[in-house]
Order: sequence, then structure tokens, then C-alpha cells
Amino acid sequence: MKLSYFPGCTLKNKAKDLDEYARRSALALGIELEEIEEWQCCGGVFTASRDEIATKLSSVRALAAAKKKDQPLVSVCSACHNVIRQTNYAMQNDEEFAFKVNNYMGEEEAYDGTAQVYHYLEMLRDLVGFDRIRERVVNPLTGKKIAAYYGCLLLRPAKVMAMDDPENPQIMEDLIRALGAEPVIYAYRNECCGGYVTLEDPELSRKKSNTVSDSAANNGAEMIVTACPLCRYNLVKNGSVLPVVYFTELLAEALGVKEVKA
Amino acid sequence: MNKANENLREEIQLISGVNPRKCMRCGKCSATCPSYDEMEYHPHQFVYMVETGNIEPLLKSESMFKCLSCFACVDRCPREVEPAKLVEAIRLAAERRQGGDRLTPDDIPAFLDDETPQQLLVSALRKYKK
Repeated sequence: MKLSYFPGCTLKNKAKDLDEYARRSALALGIELEEIEEWQCCGGVFTASRDEIATKLSSVRALAAAKKKDQPLVSVCSACHNVIRQTNYAMQNDEEFAFKVNNYMGEEEAYDGTAQVYHYLEMLRDLVGFDRIRERVVNPLTGKKIAAYYGCLLLRPAKVMAMDDPENPQIMEDLIRALGAEPVIYAYRNECCGGYVTLEDPELSRKKSNTVSDSAANNGAEMIVTACPLCRYNLVKNGSVLPVVYFTELLAEALGVKEVKA
Repeated sequence: MNKANENLREEIQLISGVNPRKCMRCGKCSATCPSYDEMEYHPHQFVYMVETGNIEPLLKSESMFKCLSCFACVDRCPREVEPAKLVEAIRLAAERRQGGDRLTPDDIPAFLDDETPQQLLVSALRKYKK
């Protein structure tokens, strides 16, 4: 199965692991992630205003490119996925916004908001299936206690993201179980790490990040997994008591594709 | 409400698509806000002050820059008021004024360390610059 893939700027630079392990694991599961041509940075955050057009065009172009190939569009980075998903929702539900976008782009075929958008985790759950992943595991992570950290971007706004229950998500816990490990549930798994405010108010993000990592540790976790480069940065920079790794690294390890064969 | 405040309120409602009159004053947005302690005006006050046209104090306060855009208030509001969208609209209204940029690309090098993800830089520029 071939799917369109939007890697995003951070996965080409500071979060190469997140990208590399995602591609390798997908291949092991029979999926080829085909990078869309000439993608542009999503902008990191969706501007929640109806009169902002320019900041959403890169997402529209990526969506239109996937639609043209009749492929679902997959991304791994929480931020890219959030921006693309919210943009697609606006294209579907805000007629005036969609008109302005298409009018500006001037493409022969207007984009109508009908591309299918998956986060990599949704691809694993809905297109591959956790049972099938369980069958493909060669190095089960038996006995490992792992805390899934969702943060905000994967889940909210829930009406738009529609990935999981925003107050009691299961998708990463189900993946952790499929890999043979034990998920750890803790109170702050869907709360914010401090996000971009860390740039000008590092103290605020220190408080938020430490609350998350301490909560995971106090509930018996040995490590934290995330899909978001900024969550990982904030947690690690602020001295998380637990290691913080991308979920794709664990997946690659369990599927036996973490090391490249020489 | 004078005409200037009325116009400002109309602009904020237009940008955000939010109707603050749906608010029933339960305070859940502020109760769940991770930046509550850092704010001069809290999410429920953004809603009330926009509703009553008392918007200039919001435009002059640092509070809008403390919002993490985590959308906890949006998802947990029982009336679908979506307070974070009002905060976003106030921020845009402030930054779209002449000289309103809070951050420029020239400021970025001072913030960098070896691990700074690109995501942080593009997000901050999007939030702090028109």
C-alpha cells in the first residue's frame, strides 16, 4: 500500500529519528510512505482565525497533492498533523474560507476538502491494525512500563482531530500493548508541555513539563513516548526524570528494524 | 458602549467566529487553563470583556501571549464558546497594528540551543509576528 507522506521541517532536521523509524516501520508493515513533492512547512501552529488565508496554503497544497494521487495523507509530527487536519476541516466546513483559498490558488481543479488525513498512529490502528502489528513483533518489549504522552496537538480540538477520546485516549496505549509492553496511565498525559511559549517564558514551560514527567514517573513509568518534537524538547530540556523517546523508535525496535542491516 | 468599542468587538467576533453571548459564566475555561497563574486576564475574562466591549485592556495586556493554544478551554467548555479563539483574535488584532510584532527573525539566534526544534521557531514566529 502506498500513502502520501508529509514529513515536515522538524523531521528533516532535529527529529530525524521520528521520520526514519516511521518510514522503516511502515515498510516492515507493508506500507510505503511516498513523500509528496515540494511540500512546504505547515507553520507549526494553526491560526484559529477565519480571515487568515496565507498561513494555511501549504497545508491545502499538500492535501490537494494527495487527493490528486488518490492517496490518504499521512504525517507523524503532531504539529503538522494538527495544522493539516484543521485546515482540511476549514476547507470542508467554511465555504467562504474555501472560496478565498481556491480563488487565490487559481488551480484548474478547486480543492474541496475531501482528502483523507491520517496521523501515523491512526494509520497503524485503522489501516494496518494493532492485531497485525502484534503478529509482526519480533522483539517484544516485555515488562517495559511506558507512559504515552499525548500533549494537546494530537487530540484537540477533538471535534476536528477526531482521533480519540480527548479526555481518555487509548490509541498509544493500545500500540504499547501491541508491542508487548505495559502502558502507564497518569493524570497529565493529555495536558500541555508549555509549547512555543518556552521561547520567551522558559519558566512557564519548565513548570508544565515537569508536572508531566513527574506525574508519569510517580505512576511507575520507566520512559515516556511522544509523537511531538516540541513536547520532547520541552520535557528533556527541563530535566525529565524519565527518558523521552519517539513512539516510532519503540515501534522500529519491536519490529526488528531499528538497526539498519549492513 | 461607544462606537469605537463596538467596532472593535465586531472585528474580534469576525476574526474568531466566536459568539461570547453563549457563555454561561461557569468558569471552566479558566479552571482548566494551564497558563492561569501567568495571566492578568483569564480566559473567562477574555469572554466577558469581549462581550461587553471592554477590549482595549486585553490588547494592552501580556495575557494573550501566555495562551499556549492547547485548546483545553475549547474542548472543555460546556457551551462551545471556544475562548482560545477569542484570545487568538485579540492577539492578531494587537499584532496587526503598526509596530505590533512581538518577535522578529533577527531575535531568533539568541534563543537557539543545539536541540531547538524547527517546530518551536516556526510556531513562535507564527504566534508573535503578523
